[in-house]
Amino acid sequence: MGVEPLNSYHLIQILIMYRYDNYDHQMLSDRIAQFRDQTNRFLSGTLAGDEFLPLRLQNGLYIQRLAPMLRVAIPYGMLSSTQMRKLAFISDHFDKGYAHFTTRQNVQFNWPELADVPDILEHLAEVEMHAIQTSGNCIRNTTTDQYAGATDQEIADSRPYCEIIRQWSTFHPEFAYLPRKFKIAVCGTHNDQAATQVHDIGLFIVRNDAGELGFRVIVGGGLGRTPVIGKEIRAFLPQEHLLTYLDAILRVYNREGRRDNKYKARIKILVKETSVEKFAEKVEQEWLALKDGPLTLTTQEIDRCKQYFLDPAYKELAKNSETLNAALSNDVLFASWYEQNVASHKKAGYAIVNICLKKTGIAPGDVTTEQLNFIADLADRYSFGEMRITHEQNIVFADVEKDTLFELWKALKSQDLNTDNLGLLTDMICCPGGDFCALANAKSIPIAESIQRKFDDPKLLRDIGQVSLNISGCMNACGHHHVGNIGILGVDKKGSEFYQVSLGGSVENETSLGKIVGPAFAQEEIPAVIEKIIEVFQQERQGQERFIETYNRVGMDPFKAKVYAKAD
Amino acid sequence: MQKLIKNREIKEDTWIVVSELGATDTLDLAGDVDVIVPLDYWLANQDSLTSRAGKSAVWLNSHELPASIAAHLPQLELVAVNFPAFADGRGYSIARELRVNLGYEGEIRAIGAVLRDQLFYLARCGFDAFAMREDQDLEGSLEAFNTFTDAYQVSADRPTPLFRRRAG
Repeated sequence: MGVEPLNSYHLIQILIMYRYDNYDHQMLSDRIAQFRDQTNRFLSGTLAGDEFLPLRLQNGLYIQRLAPMLRVAIPYGMLSSTQMRKLAFISDHFDKGYAHFTTRQNVQFNWPELADVPDILEHLAEVEMHAIQTSGNCIRNTTTDQYAGATDQEIADSRPYCEIIRQWSTFHPEFAYLPRKFKIAVCGTHNDQAATQVHDIGLFIVRNDAGELGFRVIVGGGLGRTPVIGKEIRAFLPQEHLLTYLDAILRVYNREGRRDNKYKARIKILVKETSVEKFAEKVEQEWLALKDGPLTLTTQEIDRCKQYFLDPAYKELAKNSETLNAALSNDVLFASWYEQNVASHKKAGYAIVNICLKKTGIAPGDVTTEQLNFIADLADRYSFGEMRITHEQNIVFADVEKDTLFELWKALKSQDLNTDNLGLLTDMICCPGGDFCALANAKSIPIAESIQRKFDDPKLLRDIGQVSLNISGCMNACGHHHVGNIGILGVDKKGSEFYQVSLGGSVENETSLGKIVGPAFAQEEIPAVIEKIIEVFQQERQGQERFIETYNRVGMDPFKAKVYAKAD
Repeated sequence: MQKLIKNREIKEDTWIVVSELGATDTLDLAGDVDVIVPLDYWLANQDSLTSRAGKSAVWLNSHELPASIAAHLPQLELVAVNFPAFADGRGYSIARELRVNLGYEGEIRAIGAVLRDQLFYLARCGFDAFAMREDQDLEGSLEAFNTFTDAYQVSADRPTPLFRRRAG
């Protein structure tokens, strides 16, 4: 069980993502043996259903409306081509030929058989993947910016710290039965793309006046039934104290978080009821006992983790690519995709490519087996065999030579993966909704599709510009509707599915929560309602304002007036 | 006599847990019985407890804080922690606080809804005795202590986190 290379790229290259050593492999195989035994005891009737429940949840297994759902962790969204091919294999052999990427940068399979799950976990372990703590009342997958390590807008690469947190949180014995689930995000970039302020803990990498690296610590953010923007409890935490401080926060939460009502059990309610000042004091008090203890990070460990995230073997290239420039002037469709889906890179001659999984008629985040394999091949050819899943449910190739962008685009086009709507109205975040999820009040995928069909003019979409539209099928808010510039929430009204619309949400640096426009609408009304909202925006817009800027300037009233105006 | 798991072995349990006993109630047991009493009673009846022939100890419910018995720890042979439900995770932190913050080295016993599938983490948090729920298979439960060969974090039996050992 040595460290086998994940793919040929790793043989000839320095490490660009975390690799398991024998310790990691051993713990993972111990975990699978444990879960196989638990599953067998459940299936033979010696382990009660309610006692198996948290055990299977902490292995990513939900029992859904139609079948079990297995959620596989993609630590901080990073995936190798070999891992992607394994997901393709699983989607083909144990599922119905597709996989679904989530807003937690994870991947879900909607149709596995319970008895097959231990075998699926064995397959995943072969490529250093698992489903550990992807659900249940424990510390979930840590998320971060999908451009980490590649963007020119970075304070420090967040991924080594995410990996340190991943190891600390995996099988943490004290925090496996928390009052409720617990999510951590780390942001190392100037423009937060990880929705960091709406996490139970948000960590912003910062430097102090002396130039030392540390974290600004935010707690108590979250979406769900009670959306809250997190509040700062520490302006600067030196990096070596990261884990002892996290232990202290979690211990205060584990001890004092509410357990009497599952809807009031998240840390945000505790922080609110305690007051953020008082909560911060409790954490500092608890920290005194842990600070400088054995869990204090060593420079050696931080450096060891950094060694896994070195720059890939970039070529020395010219800043401008003539191949690219020629293609841009010759092909309008390519130019449009380039403008929308490609971001700037820290290394001259390279670019960051977004593969948008929001094609009209396809559930947001869904990818077929064939596409998964195809994307893996493209990643090998164009981006060092590595990719990232984003919380907007898209895929990023972080290191593409500008010279090859046109070639890559043509290849994507051949598999219908060239949707050029990144950040536009039709690039929606959408939960699986009532078609799949047992919790949902209403469907969400058909709503997304009806809006995409209404706005099918690429020119109009470009003219509208950047606007986020997020859809959740219930108030658990997996579709992040509170922080969409336009949010749509499925609600149950006397047994029928209705949709509440909100405006003004944002997860950018200035995070804000949307406000509800007014009474909910029937499903068939939604596309016209969105159209009216966009019309008001176009009327009120000054210059090249983005939707959120116009909304912040003019407020809710003009939108409300138009949406509820009586027909002439 | 009841059995329990202590230090990974099945043993006879010589202690009686008194589950309900208010501060002003009367302890209705023979004087030579070893008792584990609720916190309120423990705090209010130190004199009468020490004058008994039998030994006495205290149990904390999941919402009760270890700090409330900090001063008594040197005299306590054991502290029991109740799990009203197996998914009530507060007891794990109680054990960590007793071991790490307060340096308690006596027995920490899990009582209540103590099930086989939680034993490994409980032991890592510092529990060393387990009065298993009645329906649990004690022999089978012993296997749970060997679930994992190693762990990333600090634990009761391994005070050094993996990253420090990796470096070594």
